[in-house]
Amino acid sequence: MDQIFGVPVQAFMGQLMLGLVNGSFYAILSLGLAVIFGMLNIVNFAHGALYMVGAFFAWMLLNYAGLNYWFALLLAPLAVGLIGVIIEKTMLRWLHGLDHLYGLLLTFGLALLLEGLFREFYGSSGQPYELPEVFRGGFDLGFMFLPKYRAWVVFASIFLCLAVWYVIEKTKLGAYLRAGTENPNLVKAFGINVPLMVTLTYAFGVALAGLAGVMAAPIYQVSPLMGSNIIIIVFAVVVIGGMGSILGSIITGLALGLVEGLTKVFYAELSSTVVFIIMVIVLMVRPAGLFGREK
Amino acid sequence: MSTANRLVFAALVLALLVAPFVGYPIFLMKVLCFALFASAFNLLIGFTGLLSFGHAMFFGFAAYVSGHAAKVWGLTPELAILSGTASAAVIAVVTGWLAVRRQGIYFAMVTLALAQMIYFICVQAPFTYAEDGIQSIPRGALFGVIDLSSDTRMYYLVAAIFLIGFALIYRIIHSPFGQVLKSVRENEARALSLGYHVDRYKLMAFVLSGTIAGLAGATKSIAFGIATLTDVSWQMSGEVVLMTLLGGMGTILGPSVGAAIIVTMQNYLADLGSMVSIIMGATFVVCVLLFRRGIVGEIEYRLGKRSS
Amino acid sequence: MKRKLIATAIAAVLAGSASLATAQQGKLSGDAVKIGVLTDMSGLYADYGGPGAVAAARLAVQDFGGKMFGKDIVVVNADHQNKPDVAKNVAQQWFDREGVDISVENLNSAVALTVQALAKEKNKITITTGAATARLTNEDCAPANGIHYLMDTIALSNVVGKAIVKDGGDSWYFLTADYAFGHSLEKDTSEVVRSSGGKVNGAVRHPLGTSDFSSFLLQAQTSGAKVVGLANAGGDTVNSIKAAAEFGITRRQNLAALLMLVTDVHAIGLNTAQGLYLTEGWYWDLNAETRAWSDKFSKVMNGRKPNSNHASVYSATMHYLKAVQAAGTDDTAAVMAKMKEMPINDMFAKGGKIREDGRMVHDMYLFQVKKPSESKGTWDYYHLRGTVKGDDAFQSLAQSRCPGIKK
Repeated sequence: MDQIFGVPVQAFMGQLMLGLVNGSFYAILSLGLAVIFGMLNIVNFAHGALYMVGAFFAWMLLNYAGLNYWFALLLAPLAVGLIGVIIEKTMLRWLHGLDHLYGLLLTFGLALLLEGLFREFYGSSGQPYELPEVFRGGFDLGFMFLPKYRAWVVFASIFLCLAVWYVIEKTKLGAYLRAGTENPNLVKAFGINVPLMVTLTYAFGVALAGLAGVMAAPIYQVSPLMGSNIIIIVFAVVVIGGMGSILGSIITGLALGLVEGLTKVFYAELSSTVVFIIMVIVLMVRPAGLFGREK
Repeated sequence: MSTANRLVFAALVLALLVAPFVGYPIFLMKVLCFALFASAFNLLIGFTGLLSFGHAMFFGFAAYVSGHAAKVWGLTPELAILSGTASAAVIAVVTGWLAVRRQGIYFAMVTLALAQMIYFICVQAPFTYAEDGIQSIPRGALFGVIDLSSDTRMYYLVAAIFLIGFALIYRIIHSPFGQVLKSVRENEARALSLGYHVDRYKLMAFVLSGTIAGLAGATKSIAFGIATLTDVSWQMSGEVVLMTLLGGMGTILGPSVGAAIIVTMQNYLADLGSMVSIIMGATFVVCVLLFRRGIVGEIEYRLGKRSS
Repeated sequence: MKRKLIATAIAAVLAGSASLATAQQGKLSGDAVKIGVLTDMSGLYADYGGPGAVAAARLAVQDFGGKMFGKDIVVVNADHQNKPDVAKNVAQQWFDREGVDISVENLNSAVALTVQALAKEKNKITITTGAATARLTNEDCAPANGIHYLMDTIALSNVVGKAIVKDGGDSWYFLTADYAFGHSLEKDTSEVVRSSGGKVNGAVRHPLGTSDFSSFLLQAQTSGAKVVGLANAGGDTVNSIKAAAEFGITRRQNLAALLMLVTDVHAIGLNTAQGLYLTEGWYWDLNAETRAWSDKFSKVMNGRKPNSNHASVYSATMHYLKAVQAAGTDDTAAVMAKMKEMPINDMFAKGGKIREDGRMVHDMYLFQVKKPSESKGTWDYYHLRGTVKGDDAFQSLAQSRCPGIKK
């Protein structure tokens, strides 16, 4: 059979494959957002900007320090996590008792600030980041040529997401985190340092974004605008998946990447809008999101 | 209206009348359009307590419709602006009905996503010409007789529209309806328990806010002759939030002050490109952390402290 | 209440003074010549024009002597960030408040169209080098105010399109940037392909400044066309070509970069770009004169060599200044008449002429990108494969759709 629903198999499978790659990024990013929102009740608008910072950090490591991709995979998230610690301790902390909207506004401002800074120094057209040697070339799958690197991205992201989910839902550390959000005073009474946990959770969430940034660097241009391009879609993913649900954001991220890819085959013009259409439908039918719990 | 407020309003009208002789009409028109936009936005956040992060959809879509009406359908400016405003009202009813079911953060996210939908519709729709935008929108002749090609005359039309919109917002706030909105902002549960159909009030506020924002956008496109994707972008939504926050949420003149400051800053720093983002971002952060009442709000608060 | 009254009064004064503050700057200058370079300084097209274009304009002013009728010539520049509304804002202020007489470069087609319409309205001059849409000298022409100096989409498709179809590339699929320029280029090249006996399998539109072309290229691949035409420019073209290499598109299909400059080849690298056919209006290594000017440019631009856009900005600015001198005034009508009357003979073009409809006609060159082994060093990228006379490359005056000119 040469065609599926009137479309050549090549096109179909190819776009699905690409959709999966995009979905992997959506999954990691929405995972970070969901962790932060679920634990801290903050909508982290700066997530996209920190993803961009991660990518830039990888680029800087390569160009200024000669350190390659593998170092970047380790160092960039740490650096971004550190920035997260600073943000939480110096700014977000002050907003704890207030309306959650202020957290959103603050992180929005931070996003603007970070993006502006990088645009000022690096222009907005983007820097190229070389694919590491081992990933050059690809697999000829018959229906498409799949670059090795994109395959790596899919596997690494899925692995990472599952690992994080496991830690949060199945381990003692995760249990502390979840308890700390539900009832911080009680948890404090048990002697656990709740403020520290909050800071580290934020740092971890944004470190995930930084990691996504490093993985994105060879595929998308390392540009100050890369964060704002992707952040709105990721927000939609998180809302669809259910704003506090870890598993929800992983599954939704991947699924939406696939849906986007499919839409590109059948009705390309709709591909940027389909995520939002789905969001509207989900909100009407299941207001808390597909996997969410109403808070 | 109290005597004090009447005086202020008169002073405002006077200032607007005189302004084009002292300043640059094009720049003043920009300030007024954004002041109206921010004031409309304030109706929702300052007086009803709902943060919409997608207000650009009203502003920008109305700009497109109004521009298209003037350029392609050949409507006179007042009809073009009305059609733009009407389109914003329609969008407000539909999106409002969807969004109002949710509260707080969720409401903001929903409005953001809905605005993105509108953005992408604008990218795809042929009549908006995507990246080029609708260019060379004719100013035409008001009511078919008053030629608007002179910048000064166009300015007076914009000023008149601003005053009408502003007066309308003032009336809404100081009406019984406005009182209910304020009570919803203070304590929604209590308002509900008192028997008010809170959702209906919120929807009404949303529609009014969106429509007046649309009026601002429709006017802008006739005044400047161009409607582009920038007008429906989420960055634009963010800008109007900043203007209102900086000026003072929940104050009457605050948003206009905020708009004036932001537009001026963008003008001054235009050739420095990215500095604008940096300063706006920094202003956001500072305002949220230390300056939540905004300029006018802060002034009112200080004066209040001294007199009590 | 008194408190509210005072608060609102202070607020009003603040708002008022904020607006008036900017009203005071910028006096209309009467007889100083002021040149504005409107370009993209840091974005998608920054290498195309950007700081290089500003430098080129300043070089022209410098070589002219720096003064006109005893007064200093002023060059201002602005970054429009590829947004037509920002560009319109800047140009309006320039023309209304700052006494700028001419807007040069105007890169990107959407910007160029806006500025040309504005120049017509305000009776100022605009010379566009950095945009390619042929509408500037056709439907949207402004014979009394606007000049289109460098190549346009018709010339591009005439030279590159014909060459590739002749070479056997007779089925095309387009990757088009979704704005005036992309649409123009796709339309004009499609016409050339069809009239040369080829066919067009289809096209896909992408947003300006896309960073990931994978899904669009996949569609191109499944179309089965022999040639994938890139109806985009600058960073978009660079990214399309890189993605095509990553996905192995070039194993079975040929890429045609319809608008590519030497700075793009520099960004992509010879490894990936080798063999590509392209056309430019000028190249730094054509002859001794071009090499000499390129060295001067390099010195102020950190060793980067100029592309044809930079060279045309220099030539256009110089031509404008000479016309003002000859006309004895910077009055728009007089200067435009002189510019059309005087031929252009400099390092950029020999026997160049500006026509009734604002079209500057000059020779175009067909280049092919060298293999890495054939290049003697950075910036040595092109083989010259042919020269096409201006009258053959550009649309003839008789075919022009510009209303209101004598043909």
